[in-house]
Amino acid sequence: MITRRRFIAVGSASLLAGCDRLNNSQAFRGVLRSAEGLTMRAQRLVSPRGALAREYTDADLSPIFRSNGTSMPGTTDYARHLAEDFANWRVIVDGLVARSLSIPIQALRSTPHRVQITRHDCVEGWSAIGKWHGVPLSKVLDAARLSPRAKYIVFHCADRFGDRPYYESIDLIDAFHPQTILAVGLNDHLLPVPNGAPVRLRVERQLGYKHAKYIQRIQAVESLADVYGGKGGYWEDTTDYEWYAGI
Amino acid sequence: MNDASGRSGPAGTTASWLPRIAYRHRLPTRIWHWVNALTVVVMLMSGLMILNAHPRLYWGAYGANFDHAWLNFGPRPFPGWATIPSTYNLAAARRWHLAFAWVLVAGLVIFLAVSLWNRHVQRDLVPKDGQLKPSHIWSDIKAHARLRFPTGDAALHYNILQKISYVAVIFALIPLMILTGLTMSPAMDAAWPWLVDLFGGRQSARSIHFLCAAAILLFIIVHLAMVVLAGPINEVTSMITGRFRVPPEREHK
Repeated sequence: MITRRRFIAVGSASLLAGCDRLNNSQAFRGVLRSAEGLTMRAQRLVSPRGALAREYTDADLSPIFRSNGTSMPGTTDYARHLAEDFANWRVIVDGLVARSLSIPIQALRSTPHRVQITRHDCVEGWSAIGKWHGVPLSKVLDAARLSPRAKYIVFHCADRFGDRPYYESIDLIDAFHPQTILAVGLNDHLLPVPNGAPVRLRVERQLGYKHAKYIQRIQAVESLADVYGGKGGYWEDTTDYEWYAGI
Repeated sequence: MNDASGRSGPAGTTASWLPRIAYRHRLPTRIWHWVNALTVVVMLMSGLMILNAHPRLYWGAYGANFDHAWLNFGPRPFPGWATIPSTYNLAAARRWHLAFAWVLVAGLVIFLAVSLWNRHVQRDLVPKDGQLKPSHIWSDIKAHARLRFPTGDAALHYNILQKISYVAVIFALIPLMILTGLTMSPAMDAAWPWLVDLFGGRQSARSIHFLCAAAILLFIIVHLAMVVLAGPINEVTSMITGRFRVPPEREHK
């Protein structure tokens, strides 16, 4: 029995060591990573391009909408904006556009809004339902007149992880989706700081880390390769989260 | 489960010193068994790592830290020996889980198609007349409890407890794992809202996903215990080569 027990112990230890070794193998990680493209193509295949995320009613709201990631961008620049009630916050729209824009936050707040009560799904597993008020991103992109070469929209954020700025990116299918908005309000109030004040992205068919907060700049690009680490987002660059976060 | 020995008459007619070898598992069954065994273990272990990221379960559409959890494991509850990878890494666990999920789906679909086509399901898995009678099930439970496993020709067919558990895993638990897994996808919920409604909301689906995983783990434990009790070398050999040494009939019944 001792030998059998030892056999099982050694066997499971080597299985675990084997999994960890595979996990550190670039080739094996490449095989695992190929599933992301398969998942994206499969989900896009069965989803009508404009399929809407479920919209809930006020009765369905989470009593408390928790935040995650940065709860307060620690830069002096952000502190100054916060002290000014974001009166001088502007969102730059540039890159592959015919007309660069610099949109004052007041303009985003006073433009007719889309209001959507949706479920926010975090990559960790939790969900919260909140009511978002914001301007469809498509309106902004149309105003800037996207170049036909543009394939991705990159969101540059005010929060930093160490010395790295947070950023995220989505493709044009999600960028022009009717529920993809630049949200300036949550649950009938201006956006609180932990949830991304003064403006954040909502991209309702993807997980929470795609929903960039504290947006300062929206850049249209042809390729993500030249943006920071080249994988399309802070978590994608640093910890190998999927760029396509549809599941 | 075919008897390939060509000596399928009453056990008494076979010379007792010759072990009777029967062909018990066909190739598609054996391939799927091992591919699926590996896949399910990877899914369970990477799944536990994913659950480590938020080890609380809820009922309904939403659920987060301020909401009532029906099950709360406390912070990072699952130890390294039970997870893939062995140190906390949600991103890597998701890569494993979401890649092997495709193997799980493809394996199940192909196995079901082949097994309906070659009639493995109809012939070997569907209970025969009378097998579902409570008296028959009860006698099988008693036989299992006394560790009296079938011998002779009876050992070449699944008994009713095997049939019930295999059918439950193949037709209920694995499909439920896949479907509740899909409803954890915000993209799929937009495409197929009826699916997440079927399970009562995303957090309910996540809870059901966990409960089915626990049921599959229970199945694996009982299954392995049965293999060990019934003769591990013969059982494992039969699932590798297909050939099974038939236990001789008992002298006294």
